[in-house]
Amino acid sequence: MVRGLTLLLLFQLCGEFISRLFDLPIPGNVLGMGLLLCGLMTGHVDVKWIEEAAELLLSNMALFFVPAGVGVMVYGDLIAAEWLPISVATILSTFIVMAVTGKLAQKLESPEATDVE
Amino acid sequence: MWSDLVASPLFGITLTLVVYLLAQHIYKRLNSVWVNPVLVSIVTIIILLKVAGVEYRDYAHGGDILLFLLGPSVVALAVPLYQRREEIWQRKRPILIGIFAGSLASIVSACGLAWALGGSREIILSLAPKSVTTPIAISIVEKIGGVAPLTAAIVVLTGCLGAVCGPEFCRRIGITSPVATGLAVGTAAHGIGTARMFEVDRLAGAVAGLAIGLNGLMTTFLLSFLMAFMGY
Repeated sequence: MVRGLTLLLLFQLCGEFISRLFDLPIPGNVLGMGLLLCGLMTGHVDVKWIEEAAELLLSNMALFFVPAGVGVMVYGDLIAAEWLPISVATILSTFIVMAVTGKLAQKLESPEATDVE
Repeated sequence: MWSDLVASPLFGITLTLVVYLLAQHIYKRLNSVWVNPVLVSIVTIIILLKVAGVEYRDYAHGGDILLFLLGPSVVALAVPLYQRREEIWQRKRPILIGIFAGSLASIVSACGLAWALGGSREIILSLAPKSVTTPIAISIVEKIGGVAPLTAAIVVLTGCLGAVCGPEFCRRIGITSPVATGLAVGTAAHGIGTARMFEVDRLAGAVAGLAIGLNGLMTTFLLSFLMAFMGY
């Protein structure tokens, strides 16, 4: 467990380092995910080392978003000032994106790969 | 005496965990998507802090420690991607095209709707990266000239909405494949949507995790291209 967490943090740190070094618009954790995937694919990292730690974090990922959501309270006034365009655009656009992405991806998937209920 | 206890990380972490566990309990009992544990926890904690007169920055001493774990969690998304690499690689075309279309649809629909409803320039620009994961959205919005804190709030709200309604909405409009559902929710609702997809299906969660990164990249490039094209 400690080894897994250490590796995950190490990859995140490498990602942060590269992101800063080249002034990239991609955050360190997303780069870290890419680096870890490369490490797993090339066989430099054994999935057994990190499986347990990754499972622990991923199965509780929703919890880590709660403090970010509570942060919205600080910007209540900002949102209240133009609540109509903000709320309508946010809500409708979220559904539009899901419909466009989901429908298109499903259409492009081969028929045998589609899980028909 | 009380103020330094409230300002200690112990307070923020314990409050978040207790509320989250209760919210999860309610979610399991009622079995309804409307009581999504993330959304219920956020609303409950905001109300509790307001009622008790606790400042957000005091809560954040503990909250930030939990938030920190989001970083290694994003790195950990490589594990399900690796485990399901063959199924994902087989579907690389629908995945890439689906995310690209979603990224474009998000920018056009969010900005277009805000513009049509008379939103100010700052609001329109702040909405542009709304479906992108928070750290990428912030770096985008700082570049194009929106209001970063507003974007952060919109991104979280979008994520909650996608997590609450996403899987049910997809089913209602006839999206049945786990890959397409994972892509739809991951592209629209980034990490919060992905967390929800992992509850539904492992493969859908893995694809949603991939969509977080790819949608972030595509939106970054699309927006810098669109901004240059429109002469901003």
